[in-house]
Amino acid sequence: MRKRNMFGRAGLLCGLFGILMMLAGNGYSQEAAAGAVAAAPAATISAGDTAWVLMSSALVLLMTPGLAFFYGGLVRKKNILSILMQCFAVICLVTLQWVLFGYSLAFGPDVKGWIGNLSWAFLNGVGADPFTGYAATIPHSVFMIFQAMFAVITPALILGAFAERMKFSAFCVFILLWATLVYDPVAHWVWGLGGFLSRFDAAGNAVPGALDFAGGTVVHINAGIAALAAALVMGKRVGSVSPPHNLPFAVLGAGLLWFGWFGFNAGSALAANGLAANAFVATHIATAVAGLTWAICDWLYHKRATTLGMITGAVAGLVAITPACGFVSPMSAIWIGAGAAIICFIAVTFIKAVFKYDDTLDAFGVHGVGGIWGALATGIWAEKSVGGFDGLLHGNPGQFLIQIKAVLVTIVYSFVVSFVLLKLVDKIIGLRVSEHEERVGLDLTQHKEAGYTTID
Amino acid sequence: MKYIVAVIQPDRLDPVLDLLEEKEIHLVTVSNVMGRGRQKGIAAVYRSHKEAGSLLKKVKLEIVVNDDFVKPTVEAITKGARTGQIGDGKIFVLNLEECLRIRTGETGSVAIG
Repeated sequence: MRKRNMFGRAGLLCGLFGILMMLAGNGYSQEAAAGAVAAAPAATISAGDTAWVLMSSALVLLMTPGLAFFYGGLVRKKNILSILMQCFAVICLVTLQWVLFGYSLAFGPDVKGWIGNLSWAFLNGVGADPFTGYAATIPHSVFMIFQAMFAVITPALILGAFAERMKFSAFCVFILLWATLVYDPVAHWVWGLGGFLSRFDAAGNAVPGALDFAGGTVVHINAGIAALAAALVMGKRVGSVSPPHNLPFAVLGAGLLWFGWFGFNAGSALAANGLAANAFVATHIATAVAGLTWAICDWLYHKRATTLGMITGAVAGLVAITPACGFVSPMSAIWIGAGAAIICFIAVTFIKAVFKYDDTLDAFGVHGVGGIWGALATGIWAEKSVGGFDGLLHGNPGQFLIQIKAVLVTIVYSFVVSFVLLKLVDKIIGLRVSEHEERVGLDLTQHKEAGYTTID
Repeated sequence: MKYIVAVIQPDRLDPVLDLLEEKEIHLVTVSNVMGRGRQKGIAAVYRSHKEAGSLLKKVKLEIVVNDDFVKPTVEAITKGARTGQIGDGKIFVLNLEECLRIRTGETGSVAIG
């Protein structure tokens, strides 16, 4: 009985991959010509830019194991490995999805503003020559692998919402579906040439579009809203929910996230230049201010500054400055960081308590809410002298309206599609482990391992 | 033969062990435990989620002695563990039916020492 079940799941996974590969194959033959047209003439590769973006890619990769420890420290002992394993599994699964067809869906030649076509599937034509539409001074493959790290960490953020109760098989299927049907399209809308929210049309000409320097909308709102959908669909954990089992892990993870985030944000300049420097500085300032602000909120409201509060604030600051760091001045980053901590503190302290959803590790409360604040704040504080665009405070309310539109579109799309995908996977495989398995813990029941030994 | 169980404040363990050593009481088993009594626990807050924290960290000593060592043992523990605050702990003295030394198979009083 058990065996047959296993084969059923494996078959489903194979089938899913098979279908996607067929699609990719078809697309490749039909659309190859379009890809050739979009590719611009030869450009010069900059050694400095290439080195920086390669280095940044490695930094962004490190964020996912960092997130694993940030999240892992906050769950109970019996579930630590399930978190680390889910994060690692996302790296492996989504990397493969990305190089096979995900990158092409997100960044490939545009189809009516909605999605990339499949002419870059299997990394066809993605090699050492730059693709000037995205980054003229680095090899196309470097841009692709930098973006791969973003595609990896985004679905990993969601798992904070359903931690401690999801079947590993269901997790793998959901993540692949979500990466393909939510992340790739939204990345295309905002960042792909010709995406309907993008700042560039299909030919690479500037048009009015959403400002999202490093992924406030694409990464954080997208994942945060999916997290809310997941918390609602999955329901609460059973039994009493104990305190974090290893806060030092969470602090280690937050430190790694902060470190890696410099690659995420400053690397998104796609060049080693003044813009990267601005993004780096703004990122650091917003994070420091947000950590401090949350600690002060804790101090005022709970009479003590908590460690978890300070690192949560820092992460909220990182989230909020992500879309803004290449468009706002370092001094504006102070307000964005402070706002992020206060708004996320309110979300986690009051909104969660009122609505009683079990967003286990506050993936929605920090990434969703912080992402929305960051996207809107970008439209408020953007200034031309930094990234070429003015926001509300610099006399351009139009940009603020575009930001609102991008936020709303992403919220609605991510929530609806994530909700449907979760329901679908629930029907086919079942999302939740049994109550007995949940009580025993996911480490033993999903992975046949224990994170710690009690007796030597 | 008596079986003495004492639950004390963790930071009082070292003085208690030193005093027991002075009175030539060597056989001690120590474990970390959680417990509660009239002393209230310390509440914790994790991202504004309050944990009541009704249990506190304590250290449990288990000591087996012959009858003439009961008094010095209890005195050593009391002297070493007392701070005068609520939460200093408790000592329980139980009758012990049998004691067996695994290495030699000796039983009774001689096996304790």
